[in-house]
Amino acid sequence: MENRILGIPVSPLAHRRWLHFRGNRRGWYSLWIFLVLFTLSLFAEGIANDRPLLVRYDGAFYAPVLHDYPETTFGGEFETATDYRDPYVADLIHEKGFMVWPPIRYSWDTINYDLTRPAPSSPSFENWLGTDDQGRDVLARLIYGFRLSVLFGLSLTLVSAVVGVLAGAVQGYFGGIVDLLFQRFMEIWSGMPVLYLLIIMGSIIEPGFFSLLFLLMLFSWMQLVGVVRAEFLRCRNFDYVRAAKALGVSAHVIMRRHMLPNAMTAALTFLPFMLAGAVSTLTSLDFLGFGLPPGSPSLGELLAQGKNNLQAPWLGIVAFLAIALTLTIITFIGEAVRDAFDPRKHVAAPVTQGGPIAEKLAMGTSPDTSEEPGQ
Amino acid sequence: MSVPVLEVENLSVDFCLPGHTVHAVRGASFSVAKGETLAIVGESGSGKSVTALSILQLLPYPMAQHPSGSIRLRGEELMGAPEHVLHHVRGGAISMVFQEPMTSLNPLHSIERQVGETLRLHKGMSRKDARARTLELLELVGLPDVEKRLGSYPHELSGGQRQRVMIAMALANDPDVLIADEPTTALDVTVQAQILKLLKDLQRRLGMALILITHDLGIVRRVADKVCVMNNGEIVEAGEVAHVFSDPSHPYTKALLAAEPKGEALVLHPDAPEILRGEDIRVHFPIRTGLFRRQTGAIKAVDGVSLSVRAGETVGVVGESGSGKTTLGFALLRLLESHGNIQFEGQDISGHGIGQMRPLRKDMQIVFQDPFGSLSPRMSVGAIVGEGLSVHRIGKSREEREILIINALEEVGIDPEARHRYPHEFSGGQRQRISIARAMILKPKLVVLDEPTSALDVSVQAQVVDLLRGLQEKHGLAYVFISHDLRVVRAMASHILVMKDGRVVESGAVSEIFSHPQQDYTKELFRAAFETSRF
Repeated sequence: MENRILGIPVSPLAHRRWLHFRGNRRGWYSLWIFLVLFTLSLFAEGIANDRPLLVRYDGAFYAPVLHDYPETTFGGEFETATDYRDPYVADLIHEKGFMVWPPIRYSWDTINYDLTRPAPSSPSFENWLGTDDQGRDVLARLIYGFRLSVLFGLSLTLVSAVVGVLAGAVQGYFGGIVDLLFQRFMEIWSGMPVLYLLIIMGSIIEPGFFSLLFLLMLFSWMQLVGVVRAEFLRCRNFDYVRAAKALGVSAHVIMRRHMLPNAMTAALTFLPFMLAGAVSTLTSLDFLGFGLPPGSPSLGELLAQGKNNLQAPWLGIVAFLAIALTLTIITFIGEAVRDAFDPRKHVAAPVTQGGPIAEKLAMGTSPDTSEEPGQ
Repeated sequence: MSVPVLEVENLSVDFCLPGHTVHAVRGASFSVAKGETLAIVGESGSGKSVTALSILQLLPYPMAQHPSGSIRLRGEELMGAPEHVLHHVRGGAISMVFQEPMTSLNPLHSIERQVGETLRLHKGMSRKDARARTLELLELVGLPDVEKRLGSYPHELSGGQRQRVMIAMALANDPDVLIADEPTTALDVTVQAQILKLLKDLQRRLGMALILITHDLGIVRRVADKVCVMNNGEIVEAGEVAHVFSDPSHPYTKALLAAEPKGEALVLHPDAPEILRGEDIRVHFPIRTGLFRRQTGAIKAVDGVSLSVRAGETVGVVGESGSGKTTLGFALLRLLESHGNIQFEGQDISGHGIGQMRPLRKDMQIVFQDPFGSLSPRMSVGAIVGEGLSVHRIGKSREEREILIINALEEVGIDPEARHRYPHEFSGGQRQRISIARAMILKPKLVVLDEPTSALDVSVQAQVVDLLRGLQEKHGLAYVFISHDLRVVRAMASHILVMKDGRVVESGAVSEIFSHPQQDYTKELFRAAFETSRF
């Protein structure tokens, strides 16, 4: 019997988990919604942009999204990059060709100078979700902001996972004094006031995507250490690890080949929740103004604008809905992953070793009322 | 014949797994009367435990289903009974004792609380009454110093004592039927005998019906009145114990009765070279107390053991759990830090570090007890068996290694095609063969066998013993054979060490020690293992 996930042959255990994950409809659909939104947002430049996707002018094709053309290309007067939103330029192009616009004719930093009402202006046919207090299109900023948040969250999760797994592996495998010192270090390190530190660092160095990633990573790697360390401590005494030692296999190979796969199960379960945590951390920093550089499209900044402009409720409502939806979807995916990896949810064979059944028997309770697994 | 207390008729159990259904039990029927002992015997996977659990409907429903069957307790139908009825039956009229006393007791509750809880739940006793009854029960099961033990936690008790507490809990509500699922399997032989004796005594005194689930025919012969032999979910033979044992009719029963490790150690070449020599080996684990973790004492896991193993020889190390025999095995292979002199082929290895040991690892290998834990579940069989080859750079090319892996698997009687599959697809015996292949592929000179047959069914045990002996003959291997099972040791070893509390109590040639044990401890051990009289 062959088990495959997306055409890749896998072990039956992984296959069963995959089926379980798919069986959780809420998580499965959330994953699809997330993937679709994320993929779309990756091509945000093609959805919300202040340049047309394609220009036909004088018998030639131009792709302004990919390349800057000076206005003179289209018969204008200036050597500077073309402003396609300028009615004069648009007329020039329409004379000798046409433009194909993306559905939203604003980029994240495009300011709409033609507003009929003072910014922040309410939703209209031109700006579907209105504009913010600087006259920028909210929907465009939302799309770019979602992309930035998710990308940041994914990078932070990935980097912290790698560091956390490594640290946990070393502690768990070597144990003893290494473990002791590392644990004490982590206790002190986790006692640091992260937010204050970020605020102080933010005033010394210019906060950018990567410097913020690095600063947050300094503290977020500890989330995974506990589970990975526990898994390694457990595996250390497994017979197959002992057998590998008896074969003379070196420590790092044992860790990588024999123990890491076990720990990955636990780590993988945590990842979606770490992602949700990373997204909300970035949002909260942006909200407070200590996050990404001013002007960057960000959900937190939108939320702050909503707070400052209570007379323009679309700002706050849009930001709230976007953040709530993102976090909910990620959490649903996380729950589905967690349940798929939960051995209690799929008993392979009748367990007849006493254990929990024996306990429940002694207590006179029914064995099938198992409690909900905690997070 | 008296009226049966519990009748089970045409019981079937199906497990509905995604994609397929497993018929775990098919049409089992049996009954047991007051004061009678029924043994359900079979190898692992035969459905004996599932049968027992379905009496109380403790299976993971709705995954498990009963397509047919009737379970009657004193004429009252339990199959499909509402939950509140079953609730009263469980731990009330029918109670159960499980195999693993380590996990069956809650480690965070005191003995008094665990036993008292059942009393207070089922009988609504007051705290004071429950305490008195708990004392009475614990005295009944022969726990020493009962008064003092009430406040103890499970980890403070030995395995046998824990099992006694479990029995006390099961007896708390004067059950009519006691189901004991492998109650002694996890215990040492001498303790086994005590627990079985206790169960029989209690049965006589309280007049319960006892259903004993076991794989051990020796226990069945000594304890049970009636026996049901199960194979593949079906009861293949049932009847009076004496009759079934003396005149088995079903071929499976015959095979089961005949399956006992047989044969004896190979004749040793008189001038076979000494492979391993250990002198005064000591492994002490420090006990540290206080703020500064000062060493205040030591657990002497192995305390001054000497032994010598020659090429082609098997040295048996026997003893009960906690006697230090496994620790000794690890120390001999330098997998554990030890004191004392260890010589491997005349070379002193007692001070060797990991790096110095690596080239020697090829020549000294180990096979573990648990065939389920000793194979990495995420590696294919070929990768598991071939791992040592790359470490020791044996075989130049991938193809050459592949051939070595195929040969090693063929040698242990596993189809070489199996190398592309994963361990969980194999039975316990096959897995043990795979771990033997992993050790043998390096062509070692010495193999430490740490209880290699203990987790296997009897029929498979005999096969593994034959395999090991065959390999020894072919390659002139030296074995250190660690086991608590004296029958297997007798079939394998020529020399034997009897260990207790880290020390060697008695040692010598197998033929001598088995016929004339000198020390009291050895005598007691042998009596517990080979006694056949009924309790």
